[in-house]
Parts: sequence; structure tokens; C-alpha cells
Amino acid sequence: MAKLTPVAAAIVFGCLVWPGAGHAATDDLAALRAELEALKSDYTSRVQALEARIKQLESAVATATTAPPAYPQPAPLAAPAKSSNAAAFNPAISMILTGNYASLSQDPATYRVAGFIPPPSGEGPGRRSFNLDESELTVASNVDPYFFGNVTAAIQGDNSIDIEEAYFKTIALNNGFTIKGGRFFSATGYLNEIHSHNWDFVDQPLVYQVFLGGQLAQDGAQIRWLAPTDYFIELGAEAGSGRSFPGTQRNSNSLASDALFAHLGGDVGDSTSWRLGVSWLDIRSTDRSYDDVDQFGTAVTNAFTGTSRTWIADGTLKWAPHGDPTHHQFKLQGEYMHRTESGQLAFDVTGRNLAGDYNSSQSGWYLQAVYEFVQRWRAGLRYDSMQSGTPGIGLVQAGLLPFAAFPSLASASPERTTIMVDWSLSEFSRLRAQYAWDDARATERDRQLLLQYIFAMGAHGAHKF
Amino acid sequence: MLKYVRSLLALATVSLCVGAPPAQAALKVLATTPDWAALVTELGGDKVNVYTATSAFQDVHRVDAKPSLVARARTADLVVATGADLEIGWMPVLLQDSGNTKIQPGSPGYFEAAPLVHLLEVPSAVDRSMGDIHPLGNPHVTLDPHNIATIAKALAARLVLIDSANAAYYAARGDDFQKRWQQATLGWESKAAPLKGVGVVVIHRDQAYLCNWLGLKELASIEPKPGVPPSAGYLAELVTKLAATPPKMILRNAYNDARAAEWLAERIHAPVVLLPYSVGGTAEAKDLFGLFDDTINRLLAALK
Repeated sequence: MAKLTPVAAAIVFGCLVWPGAGHAATDDLAALRAELEALKSDYTSRVQALEARIKQLESAVATATTAPPAYPQPAPLAAPAKSSNAAAFNPAISMILTGNYASLSQDPATYRVAGFIPPPSGEGPGRRSFNLDESELTVASNVDPYFFGNVTAAIQGDNSIDIEEAYFKTIALNNGFTIKGGRFFSATGYLNEIHSHNWDFVDQPLVYQVFLGGQLAQDGAQIRWLAPTDYFIELGAEAGSGRSFPGTQRNSNSLASDALFAHLGGDVGDSTSWRLGVSWLDIRSTDRSYDDVDQFGTAVTNAFTGTSRTWIADGTLKWAPHGDPTHHQFKLQGEYMHRTESGQLAFDVTGRNLAGDYNSSQSGWYLQAVYEFVQRWRAGLRYDSMQSGTPGIGLVQAGLLPFAAFPSLASASPERTTIMVDWSLSEFSRLRAQYAWDDARATERDRQLLLQYIFAMGAHGAHKF
Repeated sequence: MLKYVRSLLALATVSLCVGAPPAQAALKVLATTPDWAALVTELGGDKVNVYTATSAFQDVHRVDAKPSLVARARTADLVVATGADLEIGWMPVLLQDSGNTKIQPGSPGYFEAAPLVHLLEVPSAVDRSMGDIHPLGNPHVTLDPHNIATIAKALAARLVLIDSANAAYYAARGDDFQKRWQQATLGWESKAAPLKGVGVVVIHRDQAYLCNWLGLKELASIEPKPGVPPSAGYLAELVTKLAATPPKMILRNAYNDARAAEWLAERIHAPVVLLPYSVGGTAEAKDLFGLFDDTINRLLAALK
């Protein structure tokens, strides 16, 4: 009721005032009408003037567009002044989408290359059925006149993020020197520096899986020197923390991962190019643990502390008619690695905790060929072979344990044969089918069918050799 | 670790001393295409030592940053590139891995040709669904002699800047080239007059400048989109479409695959004309003059 009172009062007041207001309006009406007429005529003349101007401009535009353009037209020398734009220095961004479908005859959870201490990750064909593989985001740009920066983060299908590479690289050093620092794929070997979307097969060769846990990423620094010769001669050295397998993160100020490499390359005629490389890796690890079973089948955790020294020899040859890979290209590539590990092997670290000397001398190699037989279509064949030898285990030699207590290390010669066919609709998309007869396990053969997609978005990728 | 670095540095020093060039050595030039190599040779004569990264039989876009090219980038005093993203797959790698500050973009030792001329077909919007298009415009600028004249002028000035000891030599050769080139251009233009308005089919959009210069009418392109090979369906459509406006000839570059062009030629009864496209693409295209002579001769021969 209290709300209604002012409204009611207003209505009553309005009724009282209205008759008076009506009289006043009748008096002024003639004057208002005259004013309105004056305004109307004023606007009519203004609108006519504007219409005339529009017509004039329209005809001017028409003559301008119908005039034949003079050729050659000079390039505009000065661009119109642009307002400031914080995005003008945005780095190059690219995103790679990968995924696969896997049909595996053996349980991938039990995958292990027989005869070798397994890496913590990077072994095996991955999970069964449809899998989202890594989505790789790369952001790269020159930092200033002296440095280039690059970050490559892999967003994994399990929702974790790996920083694959995050490095700076000098661009202002002369005399063939380049220095890189941060996290980067080691330049040892040929395949190690190549990101997964540029591999010719879905997975890495066995020797990379077993000796380097897939790919060796250094947290450290690298120096490269390129010789001033017509042949490609490159020498380099790396020093790192050794956090990546076969090293481990150590609580030490020292550098635990040293590498040396030399590359030689050139052309034969106008159709063939080649590169040869030799690398040496010296990596220390502390308590690098792995799961195994003992001679009774009981689960145990063992750990290696010591040094891994690896020699790598690599060779790559590419052939294309007149060097043009549009229709046909052949690529032959192979690498050999020999690794010796020496140090201490601890047995059942959470239980019996016995330790003794450990020495191994192991090797592996792969050879692969990929041929583009018709534009956009390629077929490939790869053969993998590993020789584990029998390691010297102090605990066994001292008679404390039987060799059967280390079933993973029993001498083995794993091998694998892989065939591949892929179809690239453009430079930016690729669909691949791969089939492997994998005899890496100690027991049965694993038959692996993998179907893969790779899509590249954003900045144009580099055509690395 | 330090001992490795030390030995590496020692080795580098030794190699530098051994490999140091004599004072009067020719200017080392890395040219991305045979056309730029020919132009540098015209302007630099025996004062330049030119290495050509590609041949007329290669698609310059699809080259790898192969070891031999990295090695040449390391020792180059001057890089002559097309630019406009044509060499985007490999030139950035060469520059970055070269350890050579002389040839970095922005330095006098890095020369790009395309930004100097008026680029055709600059897209107003870019999207990869449109094929392998170049955001900055069509980079295949060489087959218009007016472009060559403009680029030659800038390149001669660049040689003078880099190698000032031979400034007079480059200036004289530059003037001489311009004179000969202007005369030759007039000759080509009068000789090629009958080609004006002639309808042609191209394979890739790399004849755009030639067509624009001579007034050839590009009726269709065998690639449905830049860099996308034609499907059988698209080719069949092309046959129907071209029946209404039959072209006089189909242009094919030395590096193009012949099959699609031959297939189309049989059905629309127009000859395939093989053009050198680059210096070295045919036996007659020995240098830039030969390249234009031969291109026009072959076009005129097909017209008869």
C-alpha cells in the first residue's frame, strides 16, 4: 500500500492539471507548425546537396577502377604507417598432431627386449587400440641479434607434458661455430636429433630404444664447428647433466653426460647426397633401477651405478632423380652402436640388497630403406638386430647368486623386421601403415600392426637432411 | 669435458690457418637457383665464384638442407635467394647451421630478389586448405625480363657494397648488362608480339610472370591447387571445361612431370611445349639471354 500511494497521488494531480495544459498547447500549436515547416525545408536542401556530392564521388571511383592498371606496377615503397602492434614479433608456432591404432599379438605391458637392462621408458610399441600420440607444440624465434630460441613441448596422450627441447642457439658467432644450451636432443647418431613426426617408421629402432631410451635429450651445452671446406665436415662436443637414460638425475655438481661427434657429408653427382657420422657418449648413472624377477619368479628391483660408454657409427644416403624428390626418392640409412657398461649392480635393493661388480659389452644395429615409388606414396623396410652377450655379474662370479637370478640379462639376440607404407596428401599430412615381426622378447614373436596419422599445422617445418 | 673443448678449439684454429683463403680470392656466392647464379656471373665475371644450390630439374621448394649446402653456406660471402618463402624449407636451416654471420638476413651478404619486384597473386587471405600457396605472393619472378633488370640493378649495387675493392668492375659490368638486357628485351617483346592473347594451360602457377609479360592467357592450371597433383576426375573436368575455350598449347617446365600434361594434350589436341623455366633447363638455355631466347622460340614454334 505504501508503494501505491505516490502513484495514486500522481494520477490525481494529473487529472487536476490536464484541462489547463490542454488550453496552453492549443495556443502554441500554430507557432510549432511553422517552426517544423522551416526545419523541413532546410533539411531538404541539405539532403539534396549531400546527394549531389555522393553522385560526384561515385563517378570518380568508377573512372578510377575502370582505368587500365599500368604494368609493370612499381612496388609500394613505403607501407602506410601502421599503429603499434604487440603481436608483430610473435614467434613461429607449429603444432603436430599424431595418433595411432595398434593391434598387437602380445600384451604390450610385458614388452621387454631380451638380454638388456631395460630403460625406464621408450621401449615397445605402445598401447593397444586407438591411442592419441604426442601433440607437439613448437615455438621458435630469434631472441635478439645474438640468439635463437626454440621450445618443443610434447603433450602426451596420457595428459602429461614433456619438454622435449627448450634451447637457445647462437646466431652471431663466426668461423663456423654454433653454441647451443638448455635441453636439446643430442647430435650423436643420425636419428637422435630427429623429432618423431619426421621418422620414417612409427617407432624407433630397437638399438635406440634399448641404449638411449628412445632419444637422448641433454640438459647441458653443445658446441659445433663447421669446417670451411666444400665437403661438409662438422665436429662437436656436448656436456650435460646425464638426467636422460642411460644416465640418471644425480645429486652432483659434475657433468655426467659427455658426447663427441663428427659428421662428414657431400654429394655424388646431382642425384645423390650422403652423410656419415661417428659419435662417442660417456654417461654416468647412480642407482638406475629396473624391475625384474629373481630365479623363483619373485618381483625384485635391481639398480645399476656406473658408466655407460657408447660408440655410434651412422650413415645416410638419399637419391632422387636430379635431386628432385617430388616423384621418386630413395633413402638408405643405418646405424651401429656398441655400448660397454661398467660399475656396480645391486640386487633386490628393497629386500636382500646385495651388490657386486657389473660389466657388459653389447651392440645393436639397424638398416632401413624407404622408397617413394609414386608421387605421395612411400614404402619402407627396416631390419633391427641386437647382441646382448653375457654380462659379468660379480654376485654370480662370487657364487652369492645363480645367473638365473637375473633373467632379463640372459644372453639374447633380439631382432625385428618392419615394413611400412605411407601416403602424404601434402607436405603437411601423412597417413601410415606399419607391420612388424618383433622377436625382441625372450619368448614369443609379437606381431604388430600400427596405423598412424601425422598432421602439421602452422609454421612451415624445416627440410632437414 | 674441458679437454674436448680445448682440443676442438685447437683443431678449429689449425683448420682456420690452413684453410684461410688468399687475399685476392674471388667472392664466394651461394645462389639458390641457376638463374641467380647466371645473373651473378653476368655481373661479377671472374671476381665471383658461384655455387648453385639447385638445378633446373628440381622444384626449388622441395630441397633438403643437405650437408653439401650447409658446407657452402659456411664459406659464402653472399647468398642470393629468391625469397617470398620459396626456399623456406631449407634456407633458414642453412643460415642457422652455417656459423657464418656474413650471410644472415639483414646483413649485406644476404640478398633476396622477390621483394624487389611487384609480386603477382598476393593472396588476401591464406589457409593451407588452398594448397601450397605463398602468403607473400607468387615467388616465381624470373620469367619477366623487367624483373631481371630491376633485380640486376640491386644485385650489382650489392656486389659493390660487399666487395668495394672491385666496385668499378661491378659497376661497369652492371651498366653493360643493363644495356644488353634492355636491347634484348625489346627484341623479345617485338618477336613475341604474336603470342599476345594466346590461350595456354600451365601446370603449376610458376609461369604467371611469363604469361603476364607476354600477354598469354592462362586458361587453366593442371594442378587444381598449388602443389596438389591433379586427380583423374579433375583432369576429366578440365577436358570438358577447355572444350569451350581450347588453348593453343600446354606449357611444361623442365622439372615438371610430363604425364598429366601429355594426357591432357591428347584429349584437347593442343601441343605440350617444354620450356626451360630456368637456366640449364634446355641445352639452348645456357645463360639468362639463352633462357629467354629459347622460351620465346619454343612458344612461337608451337604457335605455327
